[in-house]
Amino acid sequence: MNWRGTALRFCKVTGLPILEPFVRLIAGEDPKEQFKGIAKYVLVPAVAIGLFLAFWSFASRHVSANSVQLPGPMKTFSEGKRLFSEHFEQKRIDGERKREKKQEAIQLMADAARAQQQAEQATGKQKETLLANASTLEKRALAAANYKASSAPTFVDQIFNSLQTVMFGFIIATLIAVPVGVLCGMSPWFNAAITPLIQVFKPVSPLAWLPLAMLVILSMFSGTDEPWLPIAFLTSGITVCLCSLWPTLVNTTLGVSSVDQDYINVAKVLKLSWSQQLFKIILPASLPLMFAGMRISLGVGWMVLIAADMLAQNPGLGKFVWDEYQNNNQISFARIAFSVVIIGLIGLLLDRIMIFFRNLVSFGNPATA
Amino acid sequence: MLLPLSGCSESDVSIDDLRSAALEAGSGDAIDSTEPGNEPGNEPGAVAEILDLEKTDLVFGFIKLTDCAPIVIAKEKGYFDDEGLNVQVEAQSNWRDLLNRVITGELDGAHMLAGQPIGASVGVGADAPIITAYSLDYNGNGITVSNEIWVEMQKNDVKLQSPTPEHPIPATSLKPIVKAYKNKEGKPFPMGMVFPVSTHNYEIRYWLASSGIHPGMYSGEDDAKGVNDAEVELSVTPPPQMPKTLEGGTIFGYCVGEPWNQVAVATKIGVPVTTNYDIWNNNPEKVFGVSKDWAEKNPNTHLAVVKALIRAGKWLDAKDADGKFLNRIEAAKILSDSRYVGADEAVIANSMTGTFVFQETDVRSMPEFNVFFDGYASYPHYSDCIWFLTQMRRWGQISESKPASWYAAKAKEIYRPEIYRKAAELLISEGKVAATDFPAPDYDGYREPTTAFIDGNQYDAADPIGYINSFEIGNKEPTELAKQ
Repeated sequence: MNWRGTALRFCKVTGLPILEPFVRLIAGEDPKEQFKGIAKYVLVPAVAIGLFLAFWSFASRHVSANSVQLPGPMKTFSEGKRLFSEHFEQKRIDGERKREKKQEAIQLMADAARAQQQAEQATGKQKETLLANASTLEKRALAAANYKASSAPTFVDQIFNSLQTVMFGFIIATLIAVPVGVLCGMSPWFNAAITPLIQVFKPVSPLAWLPLAMLVILSMFSGTDEPWLPIAFLTSGITVCLCSLWPTLVNTTLGVSSVDQDYINVAKVLKLSWSQQLFKIILPASLPLMFAGMRISLGVGWMVLIAADMLAQNPGLGKFVWDEYQNNNQISFARIAFSVVIIGLIGLLLDRIMIFFRNLVSFGNPATA
Repeated sequence: MLLPLSGCSESDVSIDDLRSAALEAGSGDAIDSTEPGNEPGNEPGAVAEILDLEKTDLVFGFIKLTDCAPIVIAKEKGYFDDEGLNVQVEAQSNWRDLLNRVITGELDGAHMLAGQPIGASVGVGADAPIITAYSLDYNGNGITVSNEIWVEMQKNDVKLQSPTPEHPIPATSLKPIVKAYKNKEGKPFPMGMVFPVSTHNYEIRYWLASSGIHPGMYSGEDDAKGVNDAEVELSVTPPPQMPKTLEGGTIFGYCVGEPWNQVAVATKIGVPVTTNYDIWNNNPEKVFGVSKDWAEKNPNTHLAVVKALIRAGKWLDAKDADGKFLNRIEAAKILSDSRYVGADEAVIANSMTGTFVFQETDVRSMPEFNVFFDGYASYPHYSDCIWFLTQMRRWGQISESKPASWYAAKAKEIYRPEIYRKAAELLISEGKVAATDFPAPDYDGYREPTTAFIDGNQYDAADPIGYINSFEIGNKEPTELAKQ
């Protein structure tokens, strides 16, 4: 009985109702009712996916431009498998290179030591050259020992690059949106001041931001030798940030301004200070809406990221798709189709994670009890 | 040997770690067996200096075209490694991004259109000094028209109706089509090229103008369209998108590098009518460009890079006794990797191994379609730089008349054979190349005057003004500038 409650709560909080009928079935509840649930959450979607795949493979046989054919599901899947095996092969080669480089480093150190020894016996110009060579060799040994793979990033690397960029943009957006949203929600005057800006900027297409983002970043780094983060990464990240700012901001405002008046009255009766009101009443009460906003933000951010990566040439799935598109060969479209599926699945996963967080903080949810 | 360092894989290895590791390893054999004097180069007075590299982790950009080959080969064949360089090569989406990223320093250097360092240095379309010390190749471009236009061209010129028409094919049979289009649609005939200062832009203009078709003038350094008085509008499309743009009907023909002409043939969407081998025989095509700032900050690194590129160029052009390429099939295989050019190997191999398919019926042997090293192709000749400047002036990208001396001075600023020379000398002393691979020491950087153009005009880089004035279409210069 107890495990059943826990399991059901898990299904609810993680946003996986698909598992619920199975749990109930195992717990011995009315099988007829549960099979209905299974049919709804498992069978019907499976049939729909099957139909989609059938339609896709039918289409792939009939859709073709002069130069290329739409890849079918099987071809897409096998290319996908190859992308992963290429990744592991590349990592193996990189590892090998790294070991070779370490060996080379030791060899170079030995060469340096030898040059040093020779320098002690030499004189004049020759001594100078030998000493310079020794220090150069040591420098090279150090570079070889700290060798970092310079192979092009693989598909799997690009997935992680994309996740990094989207998290960077999303976290900055949240750090800006939540405080501003709270201020908007708490002060009608501040809200009035900010609203026009929000309304004008919210509907702007992400890609219109990109050139401006690039300009700001370039001006930040003009004159500095080594930017602390790659410019393309920042451009892409800031574009994501600018686009995923708004849902969180608007929802936070809404959440804060619609905190139940009873709570506020209670706070007044208890004579809570401003910060106590904020942290004990207003923030907890508005968390569910705030998280609802963040969920939309992350979704928007992920969508924008692919386009931003394409334009900013930032390593990631967007660049992967663009490079493949430029390859123009027989398999590149299958690879693009596979990345589309992966992009979708990752988007889904991110959404689920945010649902999980939202459910954790929502009132009336068993998890928060 | 590995043990002493194996624990350091996570964090950075410091020089002290290395010293102790080398000591441990050296206790076996490495140091003891090498007393001074048992290696060549240890004779008194003959110690070669090892380049002290300012920067070892480098990122180079390239566009998916076969003529990025020297950069890719230098990486894949380990020539960069031999110089102690750890180079990543990264595909860029278009020439504009590539140039910007070299200017901002995101890229250390790049595969560039020969006109890009020149345009950027004289303020055409960009304003940042870029230099080059290594020319990547000669030739390698083609002009392709769509199937429909080809059929019309054949109607206009019966000689083209043969399965193997006589080459070079001039634009004369295109002229009536262009005129008819302009009369009917009221706008210039659309064709494509890859960048305003690209070789392709100047070549397709050269080809059109030599048959009396006006490709349009630029109204100055900031004009990116160049459609004043145009009978043909040449729009910019990144190379890999060219075939799709042609297929989509936005343009009726284009000038682009390989493999994008052969792709048009392979996918039956167009017919290449000429290559730049015929428009200007052995014309410079791509260069390895770096920003002037970068080159000043990293002189030794730059030398090391050029050394590796020279070896790659030599490898690409290596031939056996019968004059057959030794390494081009391997090169085509390397380039077909999706991280590099990515087009199908067979398509890349076409032009790389010395043939060019004009039509299915018209496959021609063109062993010099892409020259990477032979005939001093990788040397940065001043005269090549001046040719681009004359075309920029001819078409109005350079808005003001300049004296002949300006052309020579600019060439010296942008093209840096002295760096190339130094790299070559280092390689010669290492025994990796022969002194005969390079022009004689007294060579002044000006190739012989030539008439190997489709219009037969003579180009003498010592007289840029005379050359500009030899064209019927384009800007004209006051003749007295020739002596200034």
